[in-house]
Amino acid sequence: MTRTTKELAIKRLFLFFALLSLFILGIIIIFLFYEGLPIFQAISPLDFLFGVEWYPTYDPPNFGIGALIIGSFVVTVFSTIIAVPLGVLSAVYIAEIAPLFVKELFKPVIELLAGLPSVVLGFFGMAILAPWLQETFDLPTGLNILNASIMLAFMAVPTICSISEDALYSVPKEFKEASYALGATKYETIARVTMPAALSGITTAVILGMARAIGETMVVLMVAGGATAVPESIFDSVRPMPASIAAEMAEAPFRSQHYHALFATGIVLFLLSLGFNLVADYISNRFKEVGSATL
Amino acid sequence: MKRLSRFVLSLLLCFATIGAGVSHAAENVTVNGSTTVLPVAQASAEAFMKMNPGVNISISGGGSGNGIKALIDKSTDIANASRFIKDSEVKQAIEKGVYPVPHRIAIDCIVPIVHPSNPISGLSIEQMSLIYQGKIANWKEVGGPNMTIVVVSRDTSSGTYEIWEERILHKQKVTPKAQLQASNGAVNQTVSKNKYAIGYIGLGYLNSEVKGLKVNGIEASADTALSGVYPIARPLFMFTNGWPSGLTAKYINFIVSPKGQEIMKDEGFVPIY
Repeated sequence: MTRTTKELAIKRLFLFFALLSLFILGIIIIFLFYEGLPIFQAISPLDFLFGVEWYPTYDPPNFGIGALIIGSFVVTVFSTIIAVPLGVLSAVYIAEIAPLFVKELFKPVIELLAGLPSVVLGFFGMAILAPWLQETFDLPTGLNILNASIMLAFMAVPTICSISEDALYSVPKEFKEASYALGATKYETIARVTMPAALSGITTAVILGMARAIGETMVVLMVAGGATAVPESIFDSVRPMPASIAAEMAEAPFRSQHYHALFATGIVLFLLSLGFNLVADYISNRFKEVGSATL
Repeated sequence: MKRLSRFVLSLLLCFATIGAGVSHAAENVTVNGSTTVLPVAQASAEAFMKMNPGVNISISGGGSGNGIKALIDKSTDIANASRFIKDSEVKQAIEKGVYPVPHRIAIDCIVPIVHPSNPISGLSIEQMSLIYQGKIANWKEVGGPNMTIVVVSRDTSSGTYEIWEERILHKQKVTPKAQLQASNGAVNQTVSKNKYAIGYIGLGYLNSEVKGLKVNGIEASADTALSGVYPIARPLFMFTNGWPSGLTAKYINFIVSPKGQEIMKDEGFVPIY
């Protein structure tokens, strides 16, 4: 075998694997739509998305996932509010302030948090955080939006932190040097130079963190409480979409309306997740710092 | 002659290995379905495998609907179900040439539970129905302390919910504020940590962490479930494709034998005789 054929063979092999993952993704999407779309013969898309009555096994059934969508959004928004300061500020600390040995200690610890199985976090929320919340705030239940948001924030922090950190590292050194040369302090440099220059990367990090939170299943299934009512306060229980799918799919009769409705919920979730990723992609490309000349 | 005998011997050995391989493959039973039946299926399979070394029973619990789905797809030998098979499922099965046969293996008794600190010791079916519809929202309305009731329910498609809907709710809608938990264990856990809560679980999951309630003045027990006096009890099934044979039949026979029924009892279910 000559060098060129060998080269070509390797190239083809890599192409094959790249295509294979694309192909598998394609099949999954086709399957999702194939199983989900039939529900719209029974109910209009508007009633499905905005109806707030979810009684899939009642006769006649109601398939309105409005309350589930609200549930997903509410826990995602609150977890973002908690996770962004934690994640971004840790990233700033690790990238800009911490001495080397602290950096080398913190970075793996935060990455370890990303490797924590979600069922473990869920169990922690259920067995420890829920009774504590209930006692402290004298609530009827500790399995609520706040609990789920805190647990989801723990899951989003590692994503937000490590991507923000990369963004901060990629800010050209000359910027900081110029800032110091003008007599700015370290704090001023971070707040007015480094952070704004890394903003697109940090935004991407936040959106990917949100995408992680909205798709997370186990945690919300265990700690969000699972009520299908539209929440009125942060201490109410909700049932985000993934929890509904996970809890009901196993028992839904094959190819029944309930089964199709759960797949259609999966489509909504998929589109939301896709949306988050597209926005993240757009921001990171559109506002990319290609060099010092762009500022 | 020597060469011939050696040839025969190696041939025999060869067959023996193939034979062992085949019989090994045949000594495998897959079981799928209800999470309510899972613990007893697991315990009885362990006992059965101990008695019959070399056989392998693999069990998974994806829910009654999933188990029956797997039976229809022929991807399982036995489908566990905490409810009877539905007409629509029978139709699908027959279309695929599968003939589901039910085997009653135990009786499951559903017990309403509250936090041990709750002074209530029993409720009527009517009261529980109103509580689960959200029409009674405070414990004082049923003779308890003045505090909110937190309703804990199961996912609407679980077999346990189904019997609750049929016997308690009488097909009325459960309040949307009801919390959803995906398993008996999770309901038990939730209620044991919440003094406001009411939930319901299989008798097999009742432990000292929670307090079981009397229903219409009748306590849930093996005797009351078996005699039919206790109002929220149901049989548990294993479904097979056609009348079972081979190892599948042996396993089911073991479960309905006195020894197997002893296991049902140990796991908190009620034996069928």
